[in-house]
Amino acid sequence: MINKNEFSVIKSLNELKSEEEGTIISYNDSGEVELKRHLLGMGFVKGSKIKLEKIAPLGDPIKIRIKGYSISLRKNEAKNIEIGLK
Amino acid sequence: MKIKVGFAGNPNVGKTTLFNYLTGLRQHVGNWPGKTVEKAEGHLNFDGNRIDIIDLPGNYALSAHSIEEIVSRDFIVDESSDVIVNILDANNLERNLYLTSQLMELGANLVIAINMNKFAKKRGHIVDVEKLSLLLGVPVLEIEANNGSGKEELLKTIEKAKENPIDSSKKLVYGSEIADHLSELQKIIEEDKNLLDVPSSWTAIKLLENDKIIREKVEKSFIKDKIFNEIEKVNKHFHNVFNESSEEVIANYRYAFIDGLLNEAVTRPEVEVPTITEKIDKFVLNRILGLPIFLIIMWLIFQITFAIGTPLQEPFEYLFAFIGELVSGLLGENILSSFIVNGLVNGVGGVLVFIPIIFLMFLMISVLEDSGYLARAAFVMDRIMHKLVGLHGKSFIPMILGFGCGVPGIMATRTMEHERDRILTMLLIPFMSCTARLPIYTLFVAAFFTAYQGEVIFSLYLIGVIVAIIVATILKRVLFKGITSPFVMELPTYKLPSFKGVLIHAWEKTYGFIRKAGTLILAASVIIWILSSFPVGVEYGSHESAIGQIGNFASPIFEPLGFGYWQPTVALIFGVVAKEVVVSTFSSLFGVVEDGSGIGLALQGIFTPLTAFTFLVFILLYIPCFSFLATVKKESNSWKWPVILLGVTVITAYIVSFIVYNVGLLIGFQ
Repeated sequence: MINKNEFSVIKSLNELKSEEEGTIISYNDSGEVELKRHLLGMGFVKGSKIKLEKIAPLGDPIKIRIKGYSISLRKNEAKNIEIGLK
Repeated sequence: MKIKVGFAGNPNVGKTTLFNYLTGLRQHVGNWPGKTVEKAEGHLNFDGNRIDIIDLPGNYALSAHSIEEIVSRDFIVDESSDVIVNILDANNLERNLYLTSQLMELGANLVIAINMNKFAKKRGHIVDVEKLSLLLGVPVLEIEANNGSGKEELLKTIEKAKENPIDSSKKLVYGSEIADHLSELQKIIEEDKNLLDVPSSWTAIKLLENDKIIREKVEKSFIKDKIFNEIEKVNKHFHNVFNESSEEVIANYRYAFIDGLLNEAVTRPEVEVPTITEKIDKFVLNRILGLPIFLIIMWLIFQITFAIGTPLQEPFEYLFAFIGELVSGLLGENILSSFIVNGLVNGVGGVLVFIPIIFLMFLMISVLEDSGYLARAAFVMDRIMHKLVGLHGKSFIPMILGFGCGVPGIMATRTMEHERDRILTMLLIPFMSCTARLPIYTLFVAAFFTAYQGEVIFSLYLIGVIVAIIVATILKRVLFKGITSPFVMELPTYKLPSFKGVLIHAWEKTYGFIRKAGTLILAASVIIWILSSFPVGVEYGSHESAIGQIGNFASPIFEPLGFGYWQPTVALIFGVVAKEVVVSTFSSLFGVVEDGSGIGLALQGIFTPLTAFTFLVFILLYIPCFSFLATVKKESNSWKWPVILLGVTVITAYIVSFIVYNVGLLIGFQ
């Protein structure tokens, strides 16, 4: 189980700045189920270290580093994922 | 002994490279997620055994997420494969093993081959293969797909695995909390024998994951109420205990299982060292530079193709003119020489002249595909595509491939999750100007726009893209209302395209073009020659010939577009077969042999610069070709979409050409 008190700041994934790093604390259910299942498979599970590598030139989507590889995601799809920053 | 082996793994782990190495086949290896869109089959003989290998599409999981995932899991579930080789990228074991865990849930007879070890070791990722094998309970070995090291050992392991199959589902441990619930559920599922074609543990897990396809299957069972009640119960329980949905609980357990494996069997570096990929992406995805870089790359592709390709055409032109003259000289003026010169040499030769340009275009696209940049192009362009037309960055990859040929473009749409996005993308690919249209453009710009050749051709590409955007916007509002699909796409590491790989790929595409010239275009040329020569007694290719009469009958349709003459009309009619046939038709009718400019002069007798341009716009936008329509039919599984495609392209072509012609007149062009 993840203890939220370990983290000084909690943000949703779409609010991270370039190069900011954190840990996934929760993935709330309000978004699309299909998407969530896919992202869980891609490693977006609780406790995963995650880093926002780059924001696309036009502000969206974002490039994310997780589980040792890079993946793109739109901000709108990232907003259900909560990140804890140390 | 015959052994049937399936290759499974994440996209871009080197499955196809290994497949090619073992089978000697030349499947194209690209560097974007979703390269292998259909399963490819090959075989080899080893130790007196025949090993049949099936290269499955790359998957991250075995859910019902996209067609590719369904193809793979159907293969593992339904077809009687003896061994599944799961290829992993040593650089990224954590996510790669997620698929492995699902292959194990299916009870696949697994052999695990870890690839790209050299690079991984350099980065400090070291795998204890024996330990991993011990923990997973299946054979694990290291290979290097691009030089074939570990090949012998792999084949021997496959043989052993065939002789002593392992039910890998028994080796999987997901922790007691979930295991108890699963075994409860399994007991119920096992009451219905019809459900036991796959391990009951797999059905149980997929049901908890709310998998559409498995749910439908269970709906047919006589104990479906009992099963669904139990699932409901487990769902509630998980919700109470973990405050999570069952899907999430299962994903967590899979990753927890993987974590355990990695902690015991893999040493990883404390801090990840930035690779060359991150450094390149700093520029390529840069806020300010990202879009210009994309545009420059596209522009370079066209520049290089034409700057190098156009001069290379000359020898081909001379060659065919020479053959034509030779035949006429040897045979004299008679029906046979007319058939050979007008029908075959002009019809087919007129198209083959374009081999250099077509080869170069495919070469450029292969480089783009293999480098890993295509996924970046999709990333950079997603915002525009999404905002403007409600499309997807991923539609971008099929569309860029469409500049080469639309058919592989259609195949590439398989990576898209939503059927409607896929179909919409298919409807737009024809507007991407494919290489088959280049011969026509080149013929016309040489005759009408000598001073602005490059600009005119580039403007046609641009018109295609703009029209695609407009048509997409309209279709999105009429036929495909209200869906937005997520943009989840792996950005693979950059790779230096292999010289050999790129050449082979481009050559094979070009060879396809030559084969088409030898078959389809040849046949069309013969038919055009016959129609131009008969009825007996008419002058060859005159308006009294059969072809002239067909053209005369249909030509009024094109009157409002400025080219309502019979020759362009028949060219357009025959061009539906394949676009190159438009050139064959003109070559057959006007002849390229007399002297190089013969056909150009004849065209100038029919077209003005304005109507010539309008004609090119029409060519660009109307029905792509037979094979495109056939592929859309096959991929969409209905006649509805090819018919709609036919309607959309013809109507669009007519409207846009009409506008171009009339605006041109207004401005004062002739």
